[in-house]
Amino acid sequence: MAGLKIGKMVLGSLFRKPATKMYPIVPAVWKERTRGHIEIEIEDCIFCGICSKKCPTDAITVDRAAKSWAIQRMGCIQCSCCVEVCPKKCLTNMAGYTAPDAQKVTDTFVQPEKEAEPKEE
Amino acid sequence: MSKRTVIPFGPQHPVLPEPIHLDLVIEDETVVEAIPSIGYIHRGLEKLVDKNEWPEMVYVIERICGICSFGHGWGYCKTIEGNLGVSVPPRAEYLRTILHELGRMHSHLLWLGCLADGFGFESLFMHSWRLRETVLDLFEETTGGRVIFSICKVGGMRKDIPNEMLKKMEETLRGIEGELHELADVFLDDDTVKSRLVGVGVLTKEEAFELGAVGPMARASGVNNDVRLDGHGVYGEIGFEPCLEETGDSYARCKVRIREVFQSIDLIAKCVSMIPDGDVAIEIKGQNPAGEFVGRIEQPRGEAYYYSKGSGQKFLDRIRVRTPTNANVPPLVKILQGCELADVPILVLTIDPCISCTER
Repeated sequence: MAGLKIGKMVLGSLFRKPATKMYPIVPAVWKERTRGHIEIEIEDCIFCGICSKKCPTDAITVDRAAKSWAIQRMGCIQCSCCVEVCPKKCLTNMAGYTAPDAQKVTDTFVQPEKEAEPKEE
Repeated sequence: MSKRTVIPFGPQHPVLPEPIHLDLVIEDETVVEAIPSIGYIHRGLEKLVDKNEWPEMVYVIERICGICSFGHGWGYCKTIEGNLGVSVPPRAEYLRTILHELGRMHSHLLWLGCLADGFGFESLFMHSWRLRETVLDLFEETTGGRVIFSICKVGGMRKDIPNEMLKKMEETLRGIEGELHELADVFLDDDTVKSRLVGVGVLTKEEAFELGAVGPMARASGVNNDVRLDGHGVYGEIGFEPCLEETGDSYARCKVRIREVFQSIDLIAKCVSMIPDGDVAIEIKGQNPAGEFVGRIEQPRGEAYYYSKGSGQKFLDRIRVRTPTNANVPPLVKILQGCELADVPILVLTIDPCISCTER
């Protein structure tokens, strides 16, 4: 009967595992290419500020004097633009989204002092 | 003669994913006239060309819409590439076509789910979206994003998609083809579904042409204005025949989209079998767009139009996007005239409205 066309699908789903996951109890499985959040290896950063200039949403702030690099997590759109332009390749877009929050979180990374070893870049 | 009443429909309504407002002039239960108004979700994305340099602007443009995001990125890149007078490597064109067709599947399956939800068929809605999830997973695997891909750039693609990954994509799509057929059977053969769609909101071929309908809305009325026929991307090489229907009712619009889902799988399979090896992008250095260019692209919802104007600077003078829903609002107003009040939600859905695109 034409009215029971959906029956097969519905019965099928009775004997199938749920199509959804109990997230966040069951953690999500990220793919290799998933763009989730930006991470920085602050030791390698030269604070050139190109990432900040190229960021379409102005989510990145670079302070050369204070040797700090800050990202506003809610403003970041994971376009990986900063990753592409970074001359030192110290930025990476990692899988896994940042946790939801009630406030707009800004993560600040400050380069540890290492005056003893002169850097040549 | 019964008394005329005006009732508001939207901007918040259970069937509307996005806000559009309609003033419905009704007589008894029949709609006499529908007056649409938009303006609830304008974000001023076109204005951001003043702030973003043209290579970065693609990330803004593809955020015009979460459903046809890849198409917007491609359309923008196309108009800038035309402006610069550069051509894209063949592999990039193939990859763009594959992802665009995958985007079409994603859009149409989402729409089918919304339609099922619109006429109150919850399990059909769930199953449509379950199958759409497979497509989203494929997107995540190949591009790194589920709805916003950021893989298209002016001059080609940012990342190559290896042939094995493309083969796997084709296999996955072939794997869900059987279930898609079951889903299509429900939409096209089920009595309850047909009772809501057949003969509702008929738009004749002449009306569709005169009112400038685009996309599946036009093709359901037999107007063959598919932009893919001009051969952009690799549609010219892989051979493409648009899905046309003649009746012009809601059922025909549903049928066109269902046929296009299967057609997309075939087009992806063709692309995967024909894709050449090679570079996926060309380097553009020291060049800035100067002059005007218009690019057109067939989005899942219909023809979208991208205009760019540059004056040799890093910042463009103007970007203009005309999206398919904008063109489909006049046909919507036409099909709403004389329909039953209870059919209004379904008819609004059958144009596949994307208000975020329309207002940008």
